[in-house]
Amino acid sequence: MLAAIGVDSVAELFAQVPEPLRLDRPLALPEGMSEAEVYERLAALAARNADCEEQVCFIGAGMYDHYVPAIVDAIIQRSEFLTPYTPYQPEISQGGLQAMFEFQTAMSELTALPVATAGLYEGPSSVASAAYLAIGATKGRRRFVVSRGVHPHSRETLATYAVGFGAEVAEVGMEDGLTDAAELAGAVDDETAAVILQSPNFLGSVEDVEALGAAAERHGALLVVAVDPMTLGVLRPPGECGADIALGEGQPLGNRLDFGGPSFGFFCGAEELIRKMPGRIAGETDDVDGRRGFVLALQTREQHIRREKATHNICTAQALNALAATIHLAWLGREGYRELGELLLRRTAYARERLAAVPGVEPLHEAPVAREFAVRLDAPVERVLERCAERGIAAGYPLGREYPEHEDGLLVAITERRTRAQIDDLAEALGAAIQAEAGEFPVHKTGKSPEGVR
Amino acid sequence: MNQQDEQVLTIYERSKPGRRAAVLPDAEVPETPLEELIPANLLRSEPPRLPEVAEPEIVRHYNRLSRRNFDLDTGFYPLGSCTMKHNPRLNERVAALPGHARLHPAQQPQRAQGALELMWLLQESLAEICGLPHVSLQPSAGSHGELAGLLLTRAYHADRGEARTKVLAPDTSHGTNPASVTMAGYEIVKVATDERGGVEIDDLREKVDDEVACLMLTNPNTLGLFDENIAEIAGLIHEAGGTLYYDGANLNAVMGHSRPGDMGFDIVHVNLHKSFSQPHGGGGPGAGPIAVSDRIEPFLPRPQVVRRESGNGSGPSFDLDYDRPKSIGRLRGFQGNFGVFVRSYAYILSLGADGLAEASETAVLNANYLKARLAEGRAGKHLPIAFDRHCMHEFVLSGKPMKKDLGIATLDLAKRLLDFGFHPPTVYFPLLVEEALMVEPTETETKESLDAFADAIDQILAEAEQDPEKAKQAPYTTPVRRLDEVKATRKPVVRQPLG
Repeated sequence: MLAAIGVDSVAELFAQVPEPLRLDRPLALPEGMSEAEVYERLAALAARNADCEEQVCFIGAGMYDHYVPAIVDAIIQRSEFLTPYTPYQPEISQGGLQAMFEFQTAMSELTALPVATAGLYEGPSSVASAAYLAIGATKGRRRFVVSRGVHPHSRETLATYAVGFGAEVAEVGMEDGLTDAAELAGAVDDETAAVILQSPNFLGSVEDVEALGAAAERHGALLVVAVDPMTLGVLRPPGECGADIALGEGQPLGNRLDFGGPSFGFFCGAEELIRKMPGRIAGETDDVDGRRGFVLALQTREQHIRREKATHNICTAQALNALAATIHLAWLGREGYRELGELLLRRTAYARERLAAVPGVEPLHEAPVAREFAVRLDAPVERVLERCAERGIAAGYPLGREYPEHEDGLLVAITERRTRAQIDDLAEALGAAIQAEAGEFPVHKTGKSPEGVR
Repeated sequence: MNQQDEQVLTIYERSKPGRRAAVLPDAEVPETPLEELIPANLLRSEPPRLPEVAEPEIVRHYNRLSRRNFDLDTGFYPLGSCTMKHNPRLNERVAALPGHARLHPAQQPQRAQGALELMWLLQESLAEICGLPHVSLQPSAGSHGELAGLLLTRAYHADRGEARTKVLAPDTSHGTNPASVTMAGYEIVKVATDERGGVEIDDLREKVDDEVACLMLTNPNTLGLFDENIAEIAGLIHEAGGTLYYDGANLNAVMGHSRPGDMGFDIVHVNLHKSFSQPHGGGGPGAGPIAVSDRIEPFLPRPQVVRRESGNGSGPSFDLDYDRPKSIGRLRGFQGNFGVFVRSYAYILSLGADGLAEASETAVLNANYLKARLAEGRAGKHLPIAFDRHCMHEFVLSGKPMKKDLGIATLDLAKRLLDFGFHPPTVYFPLLVEEALMVEPTETETKESLDAFADAIDQILAEAEQDPEKAKQAPYTTPVRRLDEVKATRKPVVRQPLG
């Protein structure tokens, strides 16, 4: 090979790197390892995590311990889906492109909005992407009104991006677990590009999106709604509530928890917004012989064609994760999807009632909830979490960091994997922990003083 | 219905009322009417029309679809700037361990020590490879890393009381660069390329002023050439108070040989789905960690994975640090694409210091060998190299003479390659080169596969000398032939219409 190139050594090829810039030592990394050694090393790290097989998980906050059917893994691990690049050569990418088309159909059905893209990174950055679209769709308005019920990660991400957009973000508070409608109506003005809501919101409550959205319509702002894709078999879809854009975190559909990613964001909208949307969109067409086929449609929106005038900078996104969702939804099917939504609603109602009966636990609000709810604990939340964890239960998500007004708040999530017996165990564990913290129980039973427990 | 049409039915067209796959657990709780749980006006009246299909049909459907994809495990994929290297299956195995795959991202840090340590180890490894001390793993892909880098630049200047408006990038840059610049609220200014394929220093000197926030570069650049003037370029930018951003798409050329930090870059993004073997998945997932210098560190996204020494002899612990007052904030939910981190860390462990350096050497060797093969005979005549010098991990050919002499365009050559069982190179990029073909073979290809590709190019050109129509009508053997992209854009059909 060197002879064909006309050099004596590979080093000659690196001669174009100026000598002072060449690394004159090996990288300070370990030497390579055998496959078996790497496996052992990684398995040892994995063993130091309390995953959902070790702990019964009631943590949600946007990502949930749902059951991923076996066929999802079997299909997405196929080389033909796992290893290709983005389908820039459609003739040899029909499988991936058709899967995108089916994904878009599913997301459009779920949200009752006519157009869906092939997906974005994840939920929170999709919110920022919708805000970016809204600037263009409202001829340059640069103000967003966002409910405090929107996921804190989404609001933080929006704030980060808004600096680049040169935009202002106004936050609207909550009242009894729901977006404060009067405050929202007062916050929206003629400079507002988008009103951003989430339903169920971060505290689990189902918002009346249609009523809240009226303020957006009055001022010509886009109504952007983040939704949980596992609830749309039972909850009225955003497309029927006046939403211009519906989006969300896709993890509950066919994607494992993976300590937070990769998952995907879905992004759906009104027909007239299609040419402003971010990322890839598959479209149906014909080949020269009149056979049905699929391509990446409307590529002139995208960075590789339009460069600085692109609707977004996104390139590699989450195709495989979107495929997992497509398969999961086909597996659930029309009936299964609705049944799962009903199951979540009923088990969540049971859990909320069951926990409210525990001394020292009360609902944080009375608003209707779908699959997650917030309670107030009569003991320091972190200590209660620690005590529950010692019993093998991850009791929920503490609200204090992101909602200082709910320092005593705990968010509890339900999936189809959380059985009635597990919910009962949670109630008992919470009760015992609160009692112990109140000093009614011998504190030293766990072998640790309260100060020694984080 | 003929067999052809049967092949392309969507899952929705295979749906029959009443069929299903899922069996769900019993609710085990009272069957309260939904109206008692949720106000009726907030309930859905009709469920979404998802397909009704049994499991065997779902499996067949997606297996059939999979056969209509070309993939890296089947054949050579010399897609320039995409680094389509082999995806080791060990990485899939370790990513699927329940301790990784079923770990909730909001698990208490003290119960996710393995995951946080893995992230910290990956941060340290990338810092060493990039030659920059601080790493954030948060960005979800390369373009997300670019946006992060530009927002970091903005925060850095704002902290110094400066408001700069322009970002420079060469005319050969990836499309994501100018798109990210716009999203970050800057104006893009293009810098010209000199006759050796590098940044034209005089043009740069003319455009650098105190309005310039940043210069975004890829090095080696998208022509596959190392910019020999990088030290001088870095000096110019730093003198003017700007930051120097490294688009890491081409890092595969220099791992263990040269480090962006040593070249003077302030911010680097790394595409874990390119250099560090995360499978591309047909368009994601990826991850785009960033490495930065000391002066940029205070502004890194929140939260940051940190190692804390215990002081009581029980060893270090790992945590998420939110207390970063100058941080630009979050770029996304939770901590990043952890599953990708597991795969890339497994890859780094497998290769080690020596293996990473060897990977880059072989990538550069393979590219230069294939370039030499394509400089011979018909390819040499019809597809000249755009900049004739040794390349790094990729190189760019121009199809301009081929188009003029044979009447076939780069697109035609690309489509004909499909019939020969190859994925074509990146085409029509960089824009600077007319009828461009950008070829990146990667280190995981054998000499035999490089030779077979060169032979196929020669055969296609020989065929075109006789009958250019053959290429112009290609492909013939693929599941579909050339598709009407204009129709798909003019009247977009982007979902299945349902009854």
